[in-house]
Amino acid sequence: MKVGIVVFPGSNCDHDAWYAVSENLHQRAEFIWHDSASLGDVDAVILPGGFSYGDYLRCGAIAKFSPVMRAVKDFARQGGPVLGICNGFQVLTEAGLLPGALVRNANLKFVCRTVPLQIVTTHSPFTHQAAPGQRLSLPVAHGEGCYIADDSTLNQLEAEDRVVLRYLDNPNGSMRDIAGILNADRNVMGMMPHPERAADTLVGSTDGLAILSSLLDVAVKAQALAS
Amino acid sequence: MSAITPEVIAAHQLTAPEYEKIVSLLGREPTFTELGIFSVMWSEHCSYKSSRVHLKKLPTESKRVLQGPGENAGIIDIGDGIAIAFKIESHNHPSFIEPFQGAATGVGGILRDIFTMGARPIAVMDSIRFGRLDDEKTGPRNRRILEGVVSGIAHYGNCFGVPTVGGECVFEESYDGNPLVNVFALGVARHDEIFYGKASGIGNPVIYVGAKTGRDGIHGASMASAEFTEQSKQKRPNVQVGDPFLEKLLLEACLEAMQTGAIVGIQDMGAAGLTSSTCEMGSRAGTGIEIDLQHVPQRETGMTPYEMMLSESQERMLLVAQSGREHEVFAAFKKWGLDAVQIGVVTGDGLLRVKNHGEVFAEIPNRALADEAPRYHRPYTKPLRTAPSHAPRVASKNLAADLKALLASGDICSKRWIWEQYDYQVRTNTLVGPGSDAAIVRIKGTNTSIAMSLDGNGRYCALDPRQGAKLIVAECCRNLSTMGALPIATTNNLNFGNPERPEIMAQLVECIEGLAEACRFFDVPVTGGNVSLYNETLGAAIVPTPVVGIVGMLNTAPPVANVFGQPGLPIILLGGLRDADWAEFGGTQYAKIILNSLWGTPPKLDMDYEKRVQATVRELVRECVVESAHDLGDGGLAVALAECSFGPSDVGANITLDSDLPPELLLFHEGPSRILISTPTPEKVFAAARKNNVQAIHIGVTLESRVAIRNRNQILIDSPVAELKDSWTNALEHLLQNLVPV
Repeated sequence: MKVGIVVFPGSNCDHDAWYAVSENLHQRAEFIWHDSASLGDVDAVILPGGFSYGDYLRCGAIAKFSPVMRAVKDFARQGGPVLGICNGFQVLTEAGLLPGALVRNANLKFVCRTVPLQIVTTHSPFTHQAAPGQRLSLPVAHGEGCYIADDSTLNQLEAEDRVVLRYLDNPNGSMRDIAGILNADRNVMGMMPHPERAADTLVGSTDGLAILSSLLDVAVKAQALAS
Repeated sequence: MSAITPEVIAAHQLTAPEYEKIVSLLGREPTFTELGIFSVMWSEHCSYKSSRVHLKKLPTESKRVLQGPGENAGIIDIGDGIAIAFKIESHNHPSFIEPFQGAATGVGGILRDIFTMGARPIAVMDSIRFGRLDDEKTGPRNRRILEGVVSGIAHYGNCFGVPTVGGECVFEESYDGNPLVNVFALGVARHDEIFYGKASGIGNPVIYVGAKTGRDGIHGASMASAEFTEQSKQKRPNVQVGDPFLEKLLLEACLEAMQTGAIVGIQDMGAAGLTSSTCEMGSRAGTGIEIDLQHVPQRETGMTPYEMMLSESQERMLLVAQSGREHEVFAAFKKWGLDAVQIGVVTGDGLLRVKNHGEVFAEIPNRALADEAPRYHRPYTKPLRTAPSHAPRVASKNLAADLKALLASGDICSKRWIWEQYDYQVRTNTLVGPGSDAAIVRIKGTNTSIAMSLDGNGRYCALDPRQGAKLIVAECCRNLSTMGALPIATTNNLNFGNPERPEIMAQLVECIEGLAEACRFFDVPVTGGNVSLYNETLGAAIVPTPVVGIVGMLNTAPPVANVFGQPGLPIILLGGLRDADWAEFGGTQYAKIILNSLWGTPPKLDMDYEKRVQATVRELVRECVVESAHDLGDGGLAVALAECSFGPSDVGANITLDSDLPPELLLFHEGPSRILISTPTPEKVFAAARKNNVQAIHIGVTLESRVAIRNRNQILIDSPVAELKDSWTNALEHLLQNLVPV
């Protein structure tokens, strides 16, 4: 079982995701450079946090044109699990794999803080190991994490049970306290909080494992099915 | 080409004797380009000409020091074949002129100093000082500078992907016209992968990498070596603009290029850009460097050799590769989309030869620029001192109100508003982040963690520079020891006024001698740092402000808490109440905030006792005997007790003291060598204290949601934790919004 971690120029949580998967969860992880046309034989993909291309135009707006994103879209279309964390979430919305957008935090300041969250649905490859309604404490670290979408999109997300995570103490002004969402096929998830920063008791907590080990478990099963 | 007149020489901030020295070193008159090159290399900022003779007094060696002062950063061995590189630098002048970019490029500059040594940056801290936020006249400007500096630091560090794990923030009238921004960075490397700024190997190619050169920052180094006047705002084009994304690419590309083994030497282009990197690398290796500027990537047209040599465009590096292996280096930079071009070659003649399209514009011995700058034994007298020696009459009307006022003051209140704007967790090494006695980051792949702390105290140094400097080192080491870490090495940033004034020079000399004595005593050699002089605006100097950054080592383990965890645990004051008198009370936060006054002397320091207290607490923390530990600093015992109560569950303290001291002294004196401990096993604390021959007094017990302090039968303070915490938590935001309750 292998997780591919996409590295854009300016990604800076790529190594953290690699460390959580390989050192904390003892699974294989490898980096995939942004100009690769293929993902190789990975079973799951993580788009990590950071500032791809400096976030100089709009967060994720340039990264979506990277060659690797075509491969990521194909992988997602075939049902492969894709997790976008922070900047990765921004890239997924820009690339059209997830609805809505992430804009400047309501107070216009970067915020790094551990916030309480609630898992809204366990019906996803990213949360199936969690308990319904389970509370998590996860770090956020972003300047542009305010999730926005039009009312009909928000209503649809809720009606289809595609809001995965909600803030219990909203740090950025996100509409309806949304911290993470799924695509319609439920195999692509974007979230602003950082599960890879909460995968080790030494650096705070292991609450992020609820998400990461769900994902890895799914990838393991997918691999078993394929072989 | 401009003629070199006395006015031109003066405009380059060179004196007539300095100019004569240039002529004698060259054996002829310099060209205009050469004059510019000399002016930046011989500026105070680059040459340390006023401080160098005194900096030699600092201890620089221990068995752990792999690289002391003189390189881009100091390097310390931490075992397992791993080393850490760290340094502090100031960006005071640029941050006053343009706070956001000034602070941002300060972060960028120190990060390059670290990764140019082959070390990946894993932590940043900032020591920032501003004028009063609530002053009617200067407050609005000071608030704007603070907001700009904090966003600048956040902008650069967050995007680059290095955690900002701690620091200090202080407000003082003396910084009204001259804020201080000192940035510390620390990186990690394997011993066998450390790189130096040496241009070795005649015939090797000299390669330029990173951003293109523009006209920004020309004469930044000489600006940083002058006082501010009414005209300083016109210097705005001298401030550089930072691009953290480009620096992130430069980091990754440099580390990859270093892996090829084809790099001989590398140095970042910091102050004085292309000039300092070429002549310093040549001088260190005893070689010459010849470059042709036509090959330098440029983002503006029509730049003269003078402008290109003096530009301080950011995010650039100069490296020397093994001849024949250039392509390996170019490939690494190409992967990251960066410019890397050969601009010259290492020669055997010891000269810096600068050509443009083949025409020679400068030809100067590298040593003359890098090592033969003037060194001044500037005259000094007694340190400048305006404070009276005698104490005013002190009689508090309400000790609890005084405590709340202290907790709500800028220096003591929670700095969460600042540090939440910094990503303090990226790279997932942060075991202890901002808001603690010291920050701790683990070194992945080892069992070692590094603790670090920044400390300064301008008030103490204004009263007695020598004693103040010693207290700062003691406090910084105490911060580390409280977290269980053994202090191992120091970097320092010396922020002072105009050294040409003998009473200011005296402050500098006494501070350096105090630092030297304390660093030697605590065995924390100084491996590098920065001197920032001419911190004056309109003739008023800042208070002498040495800032030290000390790093320590400990085993990777869950860190000790600084706050009380549960009610009912014994509280012990390790080090004891210590003696105090009114004369030594004049530098305290109580004197500053409550009495708006400064007098007397800093607290006494018994370095030997301090060392034993620190050894005791390290032992106790290492052996997990204590549940919490927090050292006493600003605001003394009462403030430390309050801070210990601001944990997640608001556990306070019920304290009974037995002292003859007046209550103001007892609660708020800042005598050093004291640490508050809560522990389920007090007998083990007493045993360790006895063994090390230090005092340990059982002063009370942790208590749910109140802080109550009695002396014998007299109640001094009895306040709900929530009330104290409220004063402390939101004070900075209130100050910034100018919502100060009266």
